[in-house]
Formats: sequence, C-alpha cells, structure tokens
Amino acid sequence: MSGCDDCALVGLHPTTGNGAGVVAIIGPPNSGKSTLFNRLTGLRQKVANYPGVTVEQRVGNATLASGREITLVDLPGVYSLSPRSEDERVAHDILTGTMPDFPRPDAILLILDSTNLGRHLMLAAPVLALGLPTMIILNMADDLRARGGELDAQALSRQLGAPAVLASAARGEGLEAVWDFLATRSAPPAPVDASALQDVPKCHAWAARLGRRASYQPPAPPVWTRRLDAIFLHPVWGPLIFGLVVVTVFQAIFAWARPLMDAVQSFITWSGGLVASVLPASPFRSLLLEGVWSGVGSVLVFLPQILVLFLFIGILEDSGYLARAALIADRTMARVGLQGKSFIPLLSAYACAVPAILATRTIENKRDRTATILIAPLMTCSARLPVYTLIIAAFLPERPLLGPLLGTRAAAMLGLYLLGFLAAFATARVLKSSILKSERASFLLEMPPYRRPTLSSLGLRLVDRSKIFLRRAGTVILAVAILLWVFAHLPLEHGKMPPVENSIAGKVGHAIEPVIRPLGFNWKIGVGLVTSLAAREVIVGTLGTLYGMEPDAKSRGLQKALRQDLAPAGAVALLVFFAFAMQCMSTIAVVRRETGGWKWPLIQFAYMTLLAYGGAFVAYRIVSALA
Amino acid sequence: MQLSGNGTSSLVELRRGERGVLDRIELPADVSRRLMELGFLPGSPVVAAGSAPGGDPRVFRVDGAEIALRRETAACLILRAPSSEP
Repeated sequence: MSGCDDCALVGLHPTTGNGAGVVAIIGPPNSGKSTLFNRLTGLRQKVANYPGVTVEQRVGNATLASGREITLVDLPGVYSLSPRSEDERVAHDILTGTMPDFPRPDAILLILDSTNLGRHLMLAAPVLALGLPTMIILNMADDLRARGGELDAQALSRQLGAPAVLASAARGEGLEAVWDFLATRSAPPAPVDASALQDVPKCHAWAARLGRRASYQPPAPPVWTRRLDAIFLHPVWGPLIFGLVVVTVFQAIFAWARPLMDAVQSFITWSGGLVASVLPASPFRSLLLEGVWSGVGSVLVFLPQILVLFLFIGILEDSGYLARAALIADRTMARVGLQGKSFIPLLSAYACAVPAILATRTIENKRDRTATILIAPLMTCSARLPVYTLIIAAFLPERPLLGPLLGTRAAAMLGLYLLGFLAAFATARVLKSSILKSERASFLLEMPPYRRPTLSSLGLRLVDRSKIFLRRAGTVILAVAILLWVFAHLPLEHGKMPPVENSIAGKVGHAIEPVIRPLGFNWKIGVGLVTSLAAREVIVGTLGTLYGMEPDAKSRGLQKALRQDLAPAGAVALLVFFAFAMQCMSTIAVVRRETGGWKWPLIQFAYMTLLAYGGAFVAYRIVSALA
Repeated sequence: MQLSGNGTSSLVELRRGERGVLDRIELPADVSRRLMELGFLPGSPVVAAGSAPGGDPRVFRVDGAEIALRRETAACLILRAPSSEP
C-alpha cells in the first residue's frame, strides 16, 4: 500500500546556525536504531518508514528545547562501513557526503547494543574516523543491568574523546544526554588508533582493549531467549507454531477487523447521506456521491484490515521472531536456489512490494537480489486485500471450517496467499536455474534475543501506515475516482449525461471486452483493470462508481451487484488475475530504480501479465466445467 | 570432538553444547570478512547451539551473540586441534 513517492527524500531542508542541522543515526542491525529514531522524532517523521527491516533511510524532524528544528536521518543497520552490500554503500555515501542530492550530516548518533559491545564497538572505529561530532549511545542498558553486565560509559567516553551514554531507547532512559548533544555543537572526536582501521582482527582487538579499559563486563546469556528458542526452533513444535501464527494472522484480518470495518462503512454511509441531504441535486452532487464517496469510500473501508496485518508484522519483527522464521524458511528457500536472507524482503512484500524491493539491498549476491526483486510482487501485498475481500465476501458464504479458528472466507484468502507464494517460488526456481544462475550464496544471520514489543513502537507503525493509506486515498485514488466519474459521464448526449455504456469509460471497457471475455470478465471489470494499473485497490473504487452505487447502499450493495453481474467462474478468474498481475505503478518505478534500467521492470510486467491472463483463463475454464 | 581424516575438524563436527576454538576460515575474502565482523575471529571460542528444525542451518554462539550458518559454510570454519588450545 505504499507508493514510491513515500521514499523520495522530499522536504529535506537542513537548518543552519548553532548546533547540528542534519544528524545521522547509525548502528549495527538489532541495535535499536529505529526505536531511537522513533523516540527522537515521535510522530513527526516526514518520510514514511517501511514495514519489515529498515532499509530506506528515513528522515524525520525533531524539535530541540530551544524550539529549533533538526533533521534526523535513520541509516540502514550495518556492521561496518566498507561498502559491499547496497545497504553499506548507502550508509557510507551519506556519511562521507558523496550521496548525490543529500547533505552531509553535521553530527552522528552511533547506537550500539551494550549487551553485545565486543562486536558492536568495532563499528565505532570507522564511524569516529569520519571526524564528525559523534555521540555514542550504549543502548539496552536496562537489559545489560538486568543480566548482570557492567560498563563505565564515562571511561569509554574518555578513551574515545567522544560523549558516550548508557541508555534504553525502548524505555526512554538516558535520552536527556542525547538531546543535550543535539542542542550543542560538540567537538569532533579524538583521532582513532590507526591500527583499528586496518583489518577486522585488529579492529576487534582495539574494541576489546577499549572494553577492558571501560571495565566492560558482558551480561549473562539471555535465559529466556534460550528457553523460547527451545520451543520455537523445536523440530516438531517450531514448524507447528509457525503454521499457527500464519493461520491466526489470516483469521484476525477477517474476524477482528470486521467490527472496525463496519464502523468505517457506517460513517461513510452516514456522511454521504448528510452530503446528499444538504446539497441540491446537481452534477456536482452526483460527482461527490458517486465519484468521491463511492470511489474513495469503498477503499477506505479496508483500512482496519490493513492495520491488523501491520500490527502482526510489527509484533513479529519487534519481538525477534522474524529472524527465527527466516531460519526455519532457509531450507525451503535453498531448494528454489534462494537464501534465507531473501525471506525477510519476501515477508515484507506481504505488506507492500515497494519496501520489499528496497529491503533486497541487504542481499550481497547480485543475481540473488535480482531474482528476489522479480518475485517480490507475486507475494500477496496489502493492496490486494480489498480486492480479495470484496470478491470473496460477495461470492463465498462464511462458514466455520476449524471451529472458531478458521472460517471459509479466511481459508479462501489463505489459498490466494498460497497461490501467490507458489507462483513466486516456481518463478524463482526457473530464474535461478536459468538466466540468474549463481553459486549458492552463504547465509549468515544474527539471531537477536527476544524482546517484548513496545506499545509505542507498534502504535507508531500503525499511525504511519494509516498516514500512507489515507494519503493515497486522498491523492491517487481520489484522482482516479474523479477522472473516472468524468469519463463515465461524457460525452454529453443532447446536453444530458449519457448512459454509462455510451460514455468514454464505457467505450474503453467495451473495446477491451473481447480480450477479457475468455476470462469471464465484463466491460466494467475491463474498466477496473485499466484503472487498477495505477494501484490494485483502485478497482474496488472503480466498480463502486460503475455499479452506480448510491451512498445509502452499503458495501453489501456492491457485493450484490457483482454477484448478479459476474459468474462465479469469472469471480474466481478475477481473483487469480489479481494474484498474479503486476498492477502497480509504484512497484514498476522502484524496480526500474533499483535495477538501474527498464529491462527488468518490462520483463517482469510482461511475465506477470501473461501469467495473470493464462492463470485466469485456466481458472475460468475449470470452474465453469465444474459448475 | 571428532577429527576428520586429515586431522582437522570444522564447526560442523561440534555437537550441540560443545565448544571449540576457531583457527581459520577457508572461504573467499568477502565472506570471511563478514564472518569476522559477526565475531568469528581466529582464536575465538565458538559453542554449537540449536539449529533450524531440519538441522540446517545451525546456530553458533560466538562473542556473546548467536549466528546462524548453513552447514556448508560452517564446514569451512576450521577449529584448532584440541592440543593447541590455549
């Protein structure tokens, strides 16, 4: 549900004057970097953050006590600054000021996990060597203390000639010192021991020496993490729990979101009725009700479902379970020639393909990365959710299958997700055994300790996601709805609005109809397929407008109209079409940017469209023969 | 700890809970650098922890962290012979 407009670094105007204007936050993966960023910027992030692992540099503003604004940049999590993966290159280029159109930061916040200081301190060498004012935030101090570890931050600060503070970003502990650092212009750090920059073993020795001088006492092993891993990675319980988690997510998307969706629907119906009663009958009122209310409203209803999905993704990621899921999935990934590292981008593709494609930057092997980019849009993104929900709810009655655990509709949804998953894996298999063949890449993944997700972090994700969704509803979807309404009412016949069949939109739909008739689609679906090239969920709004819904008709109205107008076989074909087709301009744009040309996005679009057409045709034939 | 034919053993031979000391990494420079950044430095003690449900990839404890490696990678991380352990 994200657009690539979300990743543009718009509105970045560094302030000048005393203290820092642009501050970069850098740290190794799992150091709590994003939590710190959220703490400092609160709800004031200008650029949307993405679900899944932090990949795109997020930018946000923070206001100092003096009222001055500073810009914070959240860089990708890296272990070193030697640019090998795309992530490291981005971090390196921004910090050295060689990233085009991006100002060099004035200061750096280096965040390290204090429970893992032996390794994390190694990143301090190349970062401090940049010579920018740097504060070292020794995060997870609460965890360090609880597990009996010790660290003298003052001593470390003296050794490095840079301020250092023990903090807990999750609990908001120790952040006063960070605010002080941001408010005053600090001196650059002392020069780093040259030996630390030579190679990894020397850097490690340097870090160990520093740790000893700062009386670092590593904490006891995380007992709970080991206990939980004994269950989550158990040969029998592990996969079983994994399956249970997946089923719960799907049932929740349907069952838990329902009351909220009904509430949104009631509000849209009520407000539409209000507009209808206030305005006199006119083309303008018709535009508002049929275009804006039916078009945008029928998409807005799905916000609660998308939030439920993101809540689950947030819990899985913040708790540390995601890394275990990647571990469990690695064998399956290896079978199709990919690696476990591809799993995390693919999982975030369930939210949206755009951040998933950006997340592939952590994959060092170029061919693996391209293969992952090519299959990511086949994973069921949240923009498909409104389309699936509408069709399933219109054609499939709800019945319990596994008691209260799984109903028919959630099962149908699960089936569609599985379909996308299988298509993605079959495609990966073909790609990796032909044009993208490569040596088996190594799989190195850190298993972070389990942590309790914080409410503020989860809440922030949901607020963020709502913003993106509403922005899209207010821009792309609104624009398409208005344009469609205009095209559905022109040209005028004898000074009056024509019946919709004779309008421009109707003519376009009828022109496409011969091509899509073999799939069981009528011309209205044809118009929807055209408008949904902008974004998948637009088809829901388009059908809402085309079926001439009056605002007092409920969502059930559109479902009923569809049921009368579309054969069940056509409905199944439509679901299959949307499972496979690459109906998303944002994805095409981001693939072009990340692969550096039009070759891959064009191949991908052609392939997915053919797959969608072929799949829908077969589905239509099979269901027609059965019915 | 079992010794293979040529007298060397790798991380793969460590059974769950067993500890060994890393001697060298027989992998291309970029992969071994990455492994070293994750804590697999010559001379570091490594403990075999759990694994994925199928037994591959396996999880190793090194330098206070848990890192998952595929068997084929773990087989290239050679351990010091027990006698030369400090």
